[in-house]
Amino acid sequence: MSIMAYNGGCLVAMRGKNCVAIATDHRFGIQAQTISTDFEKVFQVNPRTFLGLVGLQTDILTVHDRIMFRKKLYEDRENREMTPEPFSAMISNFLYEHRFGPYFIEPVIAGLHPKTLEPFICNMDLIGCPNKPDDFVVAGTCSEQLYGMCETLWKEDLEPAELSEVISQAIVSAFDRDAISGWGATVYIIEKDKITKKQIKTRMD
Amino acid sequence: MHKIQSFPEYQVPGAQHQDFSPYESNGGSIVAIAGEDYVVIAADTRLSSGYTIHTRKQNKLFQLSEKTVLGSTGCWCDTLALTSLVNARMQMYEHLHLKTMSTEAVAQMLSILMYNRRFFPYYVSNVLAGLDSEGKGVVYSYDPIGHCERTTYRAGGSAGTLLQPVLDNQIGGKDRDVKNKPKVPLEKAKEVAKDAFISAAERDIYTGDSVILKVITKDGITEEEVQLRKD
Repeated sequence: MSIMAYNGGCLVAMRGKNCVAIATDHRFGIQAQTISTDFEKVFQVNPRTFLGLVGLQTDILTVHDRIMFRKKLYEDRENREMTPEPFSAMISNFLYEHRFGPYFIEPVIAGLHPKTLEPFICNMDLIGCPNKPDDFVVAGTCSEQLYGMCETLWKEDLEPAELSEVISQAIVSAFDRDAISGWGATVYIIEKDKITKKQIKTRMD
Repeated sequence: MHKIQSFPEYQVPGAQHQDFSPYESNGGSIVAIAGEDYVVIAADTRLSSGYTIHTRKQNKLFQLSEKTVLGSTGCWCDTLALTSLVNARMQMYEHLHLKTMSTEAVAQMLSILMYNRRFFPYYVSNVLAGLDSEGKGVVYSYDPIGHCERTTYRAGGSAGTLLQPVLDNQIGGKDRDVKNKPKVPLEKAKEVAKDAFISAAERDIYTGDSVILKVITKDGITEEEVQLRKD
C-alpha cells in the first residue's frame, strides 16, 4: 500500500468569478482504522490565502510548521504580506530540496492576490512540481473521483454562492466512493471582503 | 525467469527470455442507467493498449436478446471469448427450452460462466442492462471473477472511478437528504450518460473518440452515437 494513502484524505480547490474555494474532508485514519473525524487539512496562512496538505499526517504537520517558518521570515524581511504566487513557489522549492527523500504530501494552494484580487489556485506533487490551471485542482486518495465530479459540475465564472454549492457537491459525492476519505467536510469560500467557512454534514461511514 | 537461470548450461549468449503475460488492458468505459420502463447503456468506442490506439470505432455493447444488452471492457480478447460463450449458451437454452433467456437468467448465467474461471479469470469489467420479466429496467454489474450485483445505475471500465460518483450525484439522488429516490425520466438519463462520457474523455486517456448509446424499451432498442474528443 502506498504511503500517500496511509492516513487517507482529500482536497479540492476551484476558481470562480472574483473568488476561489477550497474544500477538505475531516478524516484522519491509519489504513482502514479511523482515528479521528475532526482533522482539517486546510490552514489559513494569510487573510486571503489558504494552504491545504494531504498525504502522510506526520508530514502534513511538519511541512505546515516549516512552511510557516519560512513564510514568516519572508514577511519580516520584506515587511509585506506574501502573495499566493511566491508562496507556491516557496513550497515548490522547499519540496524540491527534499527531492531524494521527500515529504509524503501533496499541497493545494488557493487564494486571492491581496492587491489585484486575482484568483489563484495551484497544486503540486510530493517533490514540488507545480500545476496552475484556470479551473480546478484536486489531491488525495479520491482524486480520480474528484476529477470526474469537477469535470462535470464546474463551469467558468461561477458566483460565490454557486461555487460553494458546486465544490460541496463535488467533494461529498467523490469521497462517498472512497473508504479512507470523508467523515465530514469543510468548505472555504474566499472573496475580496469575506471568508465563508462552511461545515458540511455527511454520512459517517 | 528463474527457470532459465537455474540451468546455466542451457543459457545462450545474447538470448533474451520473455515471460508470457496472458492479460492486457484495452481500456474503455461503460455507463448504464435503469428507469421504470427503460434502460440506457452506453460505451465509448476507443480500443487501445498503453499509448497506442488500435481503433476508434470498436463497439463494446453486445446485444444478447431483444431485451438484454451486455457492455464489456477490459482485456478485449477475454471480452470476445466470454461474449461468444454467452451467445452459444443462449442458443443452447433457446433450443432446449424453446424460449429466449430472460435478463435475470442471463445475469445469473454470466456470473456462473465467469466464476468457472475463478483461478484464471476473464479480465473484464461487465455491465449487463435489460428489461426484467415485469418490463422494468435493470442493471447488473460484475467483478472479474463473477460477483454479481443488481442495481439501477453503474459505471464500469477504465473511467468507472471517475463516473460512479457523478451517477451517485445526478441519478442516485445521493446529493440530497430525502428518503424516497427521485424517478429519473429517460431524457435525463440519456443526457447524464452523454455528459458523463464527455467529462471522462477529458481526463481518462483510455476513454474517447465516440460513445454509442443504446436505449431498451418494450418497443425495442434504439441506438445513438455521440462524438467525443479524439486526442
